[in-house]
Amino acid sequence: MTTLQSSEPVDLLENAEEGASLWRDAWQRLRKNRMAVGGGITLLLFIMMALLTPWLAPYSYEAQNLDLGASPPSAAHWLGTDVFGRDVLTQVMYGGRVSLAVGFIATAVALLIGVTWGAVAGYVGGRVDAVMMRIVDILYALPFMIFIVLLMVVFGRNVLLLFLAIGAVEWLTMARIMRSQVQSLRQQEFVEAAISLGLSPGAIIRRHVIPNALGPIIVYTTLTIPSVMLLEAFLSFLGLGIQPPQTSWGLLISYGAETMEEYPWLLIFPGLALTTTLFSLNFLGDGLRDALDVRGSKD
Amino acid sequence: MLRFIISRLLQAIPVIFIVITATFFLVRAAPGGPFDAEKVVLPEVKRALEAQYKLDLPLHEQYFAYLSDLAQGELGPSFKYPGRSVNEILFSGLPVTAELGFYALLIALVIGVTAGVFASLKPNTRQDYIPMGLAMIGICMPSFLLGPLLVLVFGIYLEWLPISGWGSIPGDKILPSITLGAAYAAYVARLSRAGMLEILSQDYIRTARAKGLPEWLVVGKHALRGGLIPVVAFLGPAFAGLLAGSFVVETIFQIPGLGRFYVQAAFNRDYTMILGTTVFLSSLIVLFNLVSDVAAAWLNPRLRSQLSGGSQ
Repeated sequence: MTTLQSSEPVDLLENAEEGASLWRDAWQRLRKNRMAVGGGITLLLFIMMALLTPWLAPYSYEAQNLDLGASPPSAAHWLGTDVFGRDVLTQVMYGGRVSLAVGFIATAVALLIGVTWGAVAGYVGGRVDAVMMRIVDILYALPFMIFIVLLMVVFGRNVLLLFLAIGAVEWLTMARIMRSQVQSLRQQEFVEAAISLGLSPGAIIRRHVIPNALGPIIVYTTLTIPSVMLLEAFLSFLGLGIQPPQTSWGLLISYGAETMEEYPWLLIFPGLALTTTLFSLNFLGDGLRDALDVRGSKD
Repeated sequence: MLRFIISRLLQAIPVIFIVITATFFLVRAAPGGPFDAEKVVLPEVKRALEAQYKLDLPLHEQYFAYLSDLAQGELGPSFKYPGRSVNEILFSGLPVTAELGFYALLIALVIGVTAGVFASLKPNTRQDYIPMGLAMIGICMPSFLLGPLLVLVFGIYLEWLPISGWGSIPGDKILPSITLGAAYAAYVARLSRAGMLEILSQDYIRTARAKGLPEWLVVGKHALRGGLIPVVAFLGPAFAGLLAGSFVVETIFQIPGLGRFYVQAAFNRDYTMILGTTVFLSSLIVLFNLVSDVAAAWLNPRLRSQLSGGSQ
């Protein structure tokens, strides 16, 4: 997270010294928040594990041991095995890759659409803004959970569609946040100065608006990832998300729930992995919100 | 106020219309007709079926036929269960889901508001950290994990409560209601804490305290009303979430409600059923959002006077 908070914005802000100290202050505040730091470290560990899974996993993803069948945690299989004798730790690691990838990629999609939409609406203003935000209002009112289920039924269950569908839902709030940021920034003197100096709108948005609006965007992004991951797990649990042979935490939980009476570890370990990740992301997001002082009050 | 309600109603109508149209064409765009699955259907039988379900008409005529059926409150026959209409299936599931949702909401509000208000009275002490920590667990523990875990502990190990069904064995409504309500109790707790904290720092609360009002009156009479506005505004989105949550909870506990029917229809590719349920649930959600927005606006005196002033 270090790169995101301190060095990158500083680069973007270039000569603005005040901006740099603002980020440094935020970093100091964040470091004091033990829950947020713990969340960040846990999250980093999970991300590293996901990236290195092919090398770290104790068994291969396809490896079965039908003679062994389901066995509780042991020295050979730290988290036990499932009914096909597959190593649960390996399954959870590979599932985590998919769950985290969905979380990050779908959030990136949402970020891209939302920030662009909100920046344009807020910057251009007037009728364009009214139309663009009215579209957001209408989409907001649509019951998207139902629509995603519908999309997955109609177009089959593929991961790419899942990314797009979830990303398409989550960009709305991002667009609203970005727009209100841009609107308040537009009235600032340094932006007016930039306009009068003849900088193009694109350059102004890139140089002045986005770096200054970065705080709320970072916070909201951090809080969007867990909700996206929940959505993926929810769909996979219903059998409408990730499909075998791929796996995800949601799918593992769904299988685990079916046989929990005999083999509770099949439910508990994927569940633990998912909740721990969600916890970390939420604590980190809350910590960032306080550190960057995005909204005056804490909730 | 009336103008606000009317303007929100006028906003809701296009939304519902978009839902109907989008759903209709999405479902029609699905690869494979609904009768392709049954492999040995004679061509003439298939044609007769398609005529019965109006699938032989051009797409736009199907659409207008569907709209006119809808206007009469007719959602059409089910593809999967011939002889049963979507209306029948919906209305057999609706009371069950409504009851489940009601209990879940009740749990969410009672536990959530109590915990949130309690936490807000002594912020940053143990009285704040413990309920808020629990609320964080509630938010990070999805219903499809909480449900099975509750079943495992209270149903299987302790054998205190039945593990499935709805209304057949005494106590079988407890676990599903808790499973569905827990996450919302957590959200409500966080919202009411934040709302209360904001209100408790206002001048009029200080005035109320200064004139010697007992603390329970300050909180109960002056602070709650304003502090709970965010909770009321949250009820609309919460309703949509509860409906979606009922998909999972009704599947886990084998409850014959709307959510389970929807998931089954999705699996069976029962297109009219999906279409009908989507339109029905979406309209409900839009309507509920409207009600919760109006209620929140009505509770907020500043907004209310602004609205009566006709500035909207």
